[in-house]
Amino acid sequence: MQKKKTIAMILAGGQGTRLGALTKNLAKPAVPFGGKYRIIDFPLSNCSNSGIDTVGILTQYQPFFLHSYVGIGSPWDLDRKDGGVFILPPYTHDEGGEWYTGTADAIYQNIAFIDQFDPVWIVVLSGDHIYKMDYNRILEYHESKDADATLAVIEVPWEDTRRFGIMNTDANDRIIEFDEKPTKAKSNLASMGVYVFRWQYLRYYLEADAKIADSSHDFGRNIIPKMLETGQSVYAYRFKGYWRDVGTVESLWESNMDLLADRPQLDLYNPSWRIYSVSPVRPPHYAAPQSDISESMVSEGCQIFGKVKRSVLFPNVMVGEGAEVTDSVLMPGVTVAPHAVIWRAIIGPDTVVAENARIGGEGSITLVVEKERTARKGAHT
Amino acid sequence: MNGLLGLVNLYEDESCMGVLTRHRPLAAVPYAGRYRLIDFTLSNLVNAGVQTVGVLVRDKYRSLIDHLRSGKEWDLDRKRNGLYILPPGYISDVQCRSDVENFMFNLDYIYASAEDFVVICGSRTICNLPIDQAFQYHLSMGADVTVICRDWPDNGGNLCLSTDEEGRLTDICDLSDALPDDIQPLGFYIMSKSLMGELVRECAANGCCDFFTDGVLKNLDRLKVYAFRHTGYVARIDSVADYFQHQLELLNPAVWQELFFRYGNIFTKVKDEAPAKYREKARVKNSLVANGCIVEGTVENSILFRSVIIEEGAVVRNSIVIQNTRIGPNARLTNVLCDKDVHVTAGRCLSGSVACPFILEKGAVV
Repeated sequence: MQKKKTIAMILAGGQGTRLGALTKNLAKPAVPFGGKYRIIDFPLSNCSNSGIDTVGILTQYQPFFLHSYVGIGSPWDLDRKDGGVFILPPYTHDEGGEWYTGTADAIYQNIAFIDQFDPVWIVVLSGDHIYKMDYNRILEYHESKDADATLAVIEVPWEDTRRFGIMNTDANDRIIEFDEKPTKAKSNLASMGVYVFRWQYLRYYLEADAKIADSSHDFGRNIIPKMLETGQSVYAYRFKGYWRDVGTVESLWESNMDLLADRPQLDLYNPSWRIYSVSPVRPPHYAAPQSDISESMVSEGCQIFGKVKRSVLFPNVMVGEGAEVTDSVLMPGVTVAPHAVIWRAIIGPDTVVAENARIGGEGSITLVVEKERTARKGAHT
Repeated sequence: MNGLLGLVNLYEDESCMGVLTRHRPLAAVPYAGRYRLIDFTLSNLVNAGVQTVGVLVRDKYRSLIDHLRSGKEWDLDRKRNGLYILPPGYISDVQCRSDVENFMFNLDYIYASAEDFVVICGSRTICNLPIDQAFQYHLSMGADVTVICRDWPDNGGNLCLSTDEEGRLTDICDLSDALPDDIQPLGFYIMSKSLMGELVRECAANGCCDFFTDGVLKNLDRLKVYAFRHTGYVARIDSVADYFQHQLELLNPAVWQELFFRYGNIFTKVKDEAPAKYREKARVKNSLVANGCIVEGTVENSILFRSVIIEEGAVVRNSIVIQNTRIGPNARLTNVLCDKDVHVTAGRCLSGSVACPFILEKGAVV
């Protein structure tokens, strides 16, 4: 294998339990977002746009769709002769083999894979976060601080700090303490799940951690605290921009709605940092004479005969005459029959909403997943 | 393998296409919001199971090569077979002037392919065509040549053929004498490779220059030439007016459905644009809108290609706006055809007619 200065490892084994039926047959990184994307498109496109051409993807929960979606990585320009994209599920070996028991364990079990490239730096990413980030910036920062580890952090509202891993830093942004989901936070710098390590250091800590029987083998809970404990230089890199961990139906809906602002924080129309995706083969969408569409995103292959307001429509959605879709997300292939009314809802792929149906209401967001698609059905085209 | 080699012959008449073909061949002219004309032919070929396609290019082909690249979008980036670009040939240092000369120049390529039959096509016919059915018909009739035709169109055509009851072509008719039973060829025809070789050599020896007319139609007496009738939607792009009017036919959902889905999908180069964005003041009626567009104004009876921006207060009616064009605030366009990368500045008012749209050339700023 050719030596690589930097490689990325994307943790994509998460279930996303709180996304309910959406992740019954689908890993969270494969959940549809933004009218045509899957969440994993964001870290993959960030890698590609940052010039990182060797990416390992660690899968475990419901991997079939994710595997076929990523394929050989062509949509992200990651089908490379040297490097490219590698799917890394758990495996067996002469001493047995087991599931990935934690985020650090997933990397630990793939030490041999990483060693092949003999990298200087390793970037560990989460497969289920939505953001645009140039990883070169954090790598430069990491080198300039001569750090052993660097974590990307983002300022979150103080009232939300209890949902995140919070970093307490000194005046130079060196991390002095890590607080996992604190009840009384001392800082509002949340970890974004973007880590940069010198590979040889990380390798050492992973091997040490693997020997500790009661460790949960987790970056946030074990590896980073251990590095801090032993006095390694761990720095916080402050990221400014849009970043979301869409862990719940509510937050998935909110992130989709965020895109509908006139000048959204997450700009998907900037050609210099495109988010790549597996694009379906569909003609431009059709807006009929009686349609009324505003403050929305509509993808290719849709046919709109009704009213669509503040909504995100994935490819091949049909909205019948007299139907009204407001404040909602319609995933690929949804059919809304005439005169149905949908409000504040997420409608899962290929669902048919019957004529005159009423879906959604005040309070929490309604999630409708009619067809529990089997993973084998493959990519929606 | 169905043993059919596709040859896309781009020796096509572009004389009535105006500025649309100034910088590009007819095959690379944008169409239907995100395609180029050649996408329809290539998709029809691959949907019929054709795995080897040679594209005979003539000139101005940079944009076409950029569009086709490895042929990946049509699944033609194959280790064996796949897409071949056949650049213009030279005979005695002179560039081939006709398709006959170019076929002659490329006969070794044609013979070297594994397929026994060849389907010759152009790029000006927009349809969703079951070429595999035509090929089965060709085999079952024991034909020498099968010409894919449609019923004689109401608005006439430029070549009229008549057949006997069995479907065998009997005559080329005078356009003014066209009968309701007559048919029009669509520019797709099938024959065996060996017959093609013979006819190409014959034409070349006789100094003929149009393979279909001189090689096929002039030999109706000695060859068994059959017509396969395609009854579906067909748009033939002979002029700017055809181009403009046929595209707007796609605003009929039945036509949209048939052209894009009937026998298979129409493939094209992927651009990774975000979905189209409708802002608060957007008002879009009876239009096709491609991904990457941002609409803040009014759009009616129009087609917006990828990444077109319609700013606030702009009104676009009965118009076709090609890729990366920006229509400034309060500009008004009626019956306008905007080529790529055009910028219509604030408040400009432009209009043409249905038969003669106002045309803005690629890159124009007005």
